Amino acid sequence: MTIAVDTKSSAVTSAGFGEWLDRQSGRIMVLPAVLLILSFAVFPLIISAYLSVSRFALAPGGYRLTFVGFFNFDRLLFGAQQYHFVGTFKPFSPIGWIALVAVLAGLLFWFARYVLSGQATILGFVGRLISASVAVAVVLAMLATVFAGGFPGSFVTTLFYVVAGVLVQFLLGLGLALLCAQPIRARNWFRVIFFIPLTVTPVGIAYTFRMLADMQKGPFAPVSGWFGLGEWSWATQPWSARAIILLGDTWQWTPFMFIVLLAAIENQSRDQIEAARLDGAGGLQIFRDVTWPAIAPIAATIVLIRLIEAFKIIDLPNVLTNGGPGLATESMTLHAFIAWRTQDLGGSAAIGYILLFISTVTCVSFFNYVVRRARRYQQ
Amino acid sequence: MTPDKQPWLRRLIVRLIEPPNLETLAPLPRIATYAALIAWSLIVLMPLYWVVITSFKVPVDVDTGPYYLPFIDFQPSLDAWHYIFVDLGNDTLRPYFNSVVVALASTTLAILIGSLAAYALVRIRFKVMLASILVFIGLLVCVIVAVAYVHLAWQLAVAVAGALFLLFLGTLSRRFRAGVGNSDIEFWIISNRIMPPVVAVLPIYIMFQQLHLLDTHVALIATYTAVNLPIVVWLTRDFFAGVPIDLEESAEMDGASKFRVFFTIALPLVRSGLVATFMLVLILAWNEYLLALFLSNANAQTMPLLVSAQNGTRGPQWWYMSVLIVIMVAPVVVIAIFLQKHIARGLLIGAVKG
Repeated sequence: MTIAVDTKSSAVTSAGFGEWLDRQSGRIMVLPAVLLILSFAVFPLIISAYLSVSRFALAPGGYRLTFVGFFNFDRLLFGAQQYHFVGTFKPFSPIGWIALVAVLAGLLFWFARYVLSGQATILGFVGRLISASVAVAVVLAMLATVFAGGFPGSFVTTLFYVVAGVLVQFLLGLGLALLCAQPIRARNWFRVIFFIPLTVTPVGIAYTFRMLADMQKGPFAPVSGWFGLGEWSWATQPWSARAIILLGDTWQWTPFMFIVLLAAIENQSRDQIEAARLDGAGGLQIFRDVTWPAIAPIAATIVLIRLIEAFKIIDLPNVLTNGGPGLATESMTLHAFIAWRTQDLGGSAAIGYILLFISTVTCVSFFNYVVRRARRYQQ
Repeated sequence: MTPDKQPWLRRLIVRLIEPPNLETLAPLPRIATYAALIAWSLIVLMPLYWVVITSFKVPVDVDTGPYYLPFIDFQPSLDAWHYIFVDLGNDTLRPYFNSVVVALASTTLAILIGSLAAYALVRIRFKVMLASILVFIGLLVCVIVAVAYVHLAWQLAVAVAGALFLLFLGTLSRRFRAGVGNSDIEFWIISNRIMPPVVAVLPIYIMFQQLHLLDTHVALIATYTAVNLPIVVWLTRDFFAGVPIDLEESAEMDGASKFRVFFTIALPLVRSGLVATFMLVLILAWNEYLLALFLSNANAQTMPLLVSAQNGTRGPQWWYMSVLIVIMVAPVVVIAIFLQKHIARGLLIGAVKG
């Protein structure tokens, strides 16, 4: 990879080794990082692409890879593995149809507004087309599985973790940060305590929440006994199993939202707030007109960071519920791991690629339509 | 009732909900705030408390129902700790040692490599030829196809491709003008964090298998460094951009090399930011699970794997598991408590610039 460094002096002097080294120092500084990413990201991605279109089979004296085209993707999205990846479909209920029509109408309106705004470019249009088609696919999958009474697969489950998890964590983190920013005592204590879960290993959180959720021997046994739930186990019901994973995830990641938002709130100028309060503005009004515009860009950015990380979830489902009951809590990464363990390398790589595609489209869309707008909003 | 008969009630309500001045809260909101914050503190501390006391229980105390208070509900014992540290001995200490080595080494490497790259990207203008990138990727694909289908020895394929690439650089590359700038390189490095590790881990597994490095420290350290590099570049870039350039320029006038300037002037100036980044990456490396699951087995097993492997055939033995969780979590929690403010500030700077 050629890296041309702009040097101020173009005059070639006596080219000693030290001088040559100094002129190349820019390239040498970047080289290790570039090499690492080439060998641990770019190169593996190409191999993965190759694996995802082949079938892996053990053969005498090693293994054999046969080219199968898009068979692996086809099997996951439309074929024999569809129940595992997307889910089992049921016909739409009337509410499902209404929701679908509403989503389509919303997207059409969005496109119409973009085209009529007079600033439309071909690239922007294509980008929006990709975002919109992914959104429609996701909504269709959700409606046909979750809302129609079918069984969601790992794809739908992952999206549930991402959307519900990030939303709950953001709202909780924001609320706690606003409370903690009040003039109260012991603020530093709260700050330190709230920070702790972020550092706890997810595997440890998974086991801890398994202990806590034990209805007979866990700490909440008296409570559940009182409600007559002593014999009930959260791990046997799909939605309670997903809820407990979401609970563990929220316990761990709310602090991340909290500490950054609190730092952002404390960073804004106090003059504005005091001026607003002297003018007789209430708490809600101050939040809406002063605090929120100041922290919106940061809020959007940390939601983006959290989105990126949320798609990778594996530890909690794997340890807490082992993906069960059935497939109810399996995330896409866990699905790929299980496929790998059963020697289905092609399927595993295909799942990885679909995950890469979905998370990239989501994150880029979020960056373009939300983070950019939030930053403009500030200026 | 007429309005003038209840002024005391109204006055009481006003006193309860309206703040007397800007620096204090009125009683009712204050009570509500404290109640909410204390409730969340309990939610945060409860699981940790439960793990700690479970580690001091004997199996009977766990199995016969919930006991909450040591010395009152149940008699704490060190049986589980004794079993983990003395009876199991090396089976516990080896993964612990592995975790420490891998986390510290990979974090140090990631900070070093990442901050060097970030510094260069902030201070030196690069122009990478688009054509050479395309040729490079084309050659890489050719090598992979040649190795996989034609069964060429990979050393030979790499050597041929490398020679072709250098040949291209020396001759044809000057004809193409289109290039990418610093922000593109930065974006390329940082965007690698979006990639879910599960996409890359299969080829990395195969790569280390070919190099006979599976289940070694080297494999884990190299992979963790690469995975955490984008975060380091993302955060340190903003720290370096905030350092005034004058100092560095005057040092360069005096004849100091770029490396010298970096290590003696730039790095010390962003010390506190580097500490925050170091802690953040260390926590991520310490808790890493997926990559270790693929790349390590018995020898290089790290703590997260040891903990997750406790789900044995006799069902989970919570008392042993709790000991493991406690010894795994304790060091990072202690560090985090002391450096919480630094980490928060570091993350904020990162989030502002994005």
